[in-house]
Amino acid sequence: MKTVRIITPTGHLGTTPLETASFERGCAESPDFIVADSGSADIGPYPLGADRAASDEVWQRHDIEAMLVAARRLGIPLILGSASDTGTDRGVDQYVRLVREIAAEHRLPPFRLAKIYSEIPVDDVRRRLKDGGTLRGLNGRPDADEATLGRTDRIVAVMGTEPIRDALRSGAEVVIAGRSSDCAIFAAPLLEAGHSAADAFFCGKAMECASFCGEPFMGKETILGRVDGTGVYLTAMHPDQRCTPASVASHAMYERLNPFREYVPGGYLDMTHCCYEQADDKTTRVTGQTFVPSATTWIKLEGSGKVAERALFIAGIRDPYTIANLDRAIGWAKGKLAERFGPIGQGYDVFYHVYGRDAVMQAMEPTPARAPLEVGIVVEVVCADAARAETICHIAGKNLFYARLPDVKGTAGTAAIMSDEVLHARAAYEWTLNHVLEVADPRELFRSRLETIDGTARS
Amino acid sequence: MKLVELASTIRSKNAGVDHVTFDVICRDRANFERVRDSHALNPASVARLFGVDEARVTDFVVFEPANAIKFTIRRLRPSGSMGESDLFGAQQYAPLFDVEIA
Repeated sequence: MKTVRIITPTGHLGTTPLETASFERGCAESPDFIVADSGSADIGPYPLGADRAASDEVWQRHDIEAMLVAARRLGIPLILGSASDTGTDRGVDQYVRLVREIAAEHRLPPFRLAKIYSEIPVDDVRRRLKDGGTLRGLNGRPDADEATLGRTDRIVAVMGTEPIRDALRSGAEVVIAGRSSDCAIFAAPLLEAGHSAADAFFCGKAMECASFCGEPFMGKETILGRVDGTGVYLTAMHPDQRCTPASVASHAMYERLNPFREYVPGGYLDMTHCCYEQADDKTTRVTGQTFVPSATTWIKLEGSGKVAERALFIAGIRDPYTIANLDRAIGWAKGKLAERFGPIGQGYDVFYHVYGRDAVMQAMEPTPARAPLEVGIVVEVVCADAARAETICHIAGKNLFYARLPDVKGTAGTAAIMSDEVLHARAAYEWTLNHVLEVADPRELFRSRLETIDGTARS
Repeated sequence: MKLVELASTIRSKNAGVDHVTFDVICRDRANFERVRDSHALNPASVARLFGVDEARVTDFVVFEPANAIKFTIRRLRPSGSMGESDLFGAQQYAPLFDVEIA
């Protein structure tokens, strides 16, 4: 079986720039593929729902330029998954545009590019539901129904390896994929080379966050993965980083409900019996993983929908008496809102985030508040109408300044106003879909196009 | 002894959009065995610590290869919903520091 070497320089292309020194070191290791994941659900529901990138195009361009130029110089394929954070059609088109611009700047000779779209119109999903399809809720979510789809503005399907393998087989040298399973973009070329699903998906699972699988902790440094039929070998490319059994095993449990199973379209990777060994100073070898195929294929759908407009106001409080009676002060402020705008929760909502007390952990905060010296309060108002959100937010914040407490000494103002203005915030969205849909063919929700990009052509 | 003195990593992070997962990792095998065998961390105790119903502790795993204990708590609302305070779930672990390990 052919030994396959993959390098990845970043766990989330575009958030912050990849580090070029360890990437160059990785390029010197004769890699067969450069692969990087650009997606994340950690960025919240706004980017998908509103179809905006979470990352800055300056860093997206920086990372794509480094990888594209290296891949073309080495003559190896480049695979980018979950284009522009969310993997919507806009994200795929944006990355293809960046590839085209960078190719022209560097006068790169012609190469074949595959773009794979994964956005699905809400109406298409609605039709599948009407035709008897089930949108099964993941991890305790109820199944989705018509009402769930009614609250959804945008949906992406999360592709497995199949559309990417098809693209590689058709000769693509650059693959820009919409929303993709993180480990599938690594597994696809390994499966194409004939490696086992267990090794292919484990290699992807370990590499998807790049240098997070090494120690000490570093982001944006390159990791080399090698699969040769005797296990998965992970090597840190930064001179001061190593992949150790502890670092690779602890990454296996990162950001997951449970450290033993990774679900992908068509089955799951079982890591229960993984054996982690130090192969050389910087390399860990992993064996013992298995892949359990499923009888049916389920594709994950991510959906987001707009809830309302949002506005913010910032205030601080230093008076120890007011801090000791903060709930009463906030209660008074909320009472005034209800008097003027009707009950909170009906047509609008307000949240007082009290930094210095329990803003970070809210109801999960177990530590009784020790009276802080001062607190910062971010007032968040959500309301369908933007102008009304602003009006309510301003008064919700200013009411902290006018809060009435029986024994307050500071009768000239009970809050420090950082700036007497309402801050416009992004609209409030929510994750409406975290579901799976059964499909007959793991390709059926995805659309692929091939094109040739010629950086030497005159425009 | 407190957990913070025995563990080299104590962290929290989103696991998907509906859960926050907690990892307690010991650098040293002896420390790990001490934490594991004390049974100070279990689904009921972490539910109590964070003031949540035990039903919201969806996973609790002793993960030997990483010298780690891992558990996951279901969020009341998906990450990034209005009123959100910790989009990445990255600052929910601090109360674990003071857990007493016999």
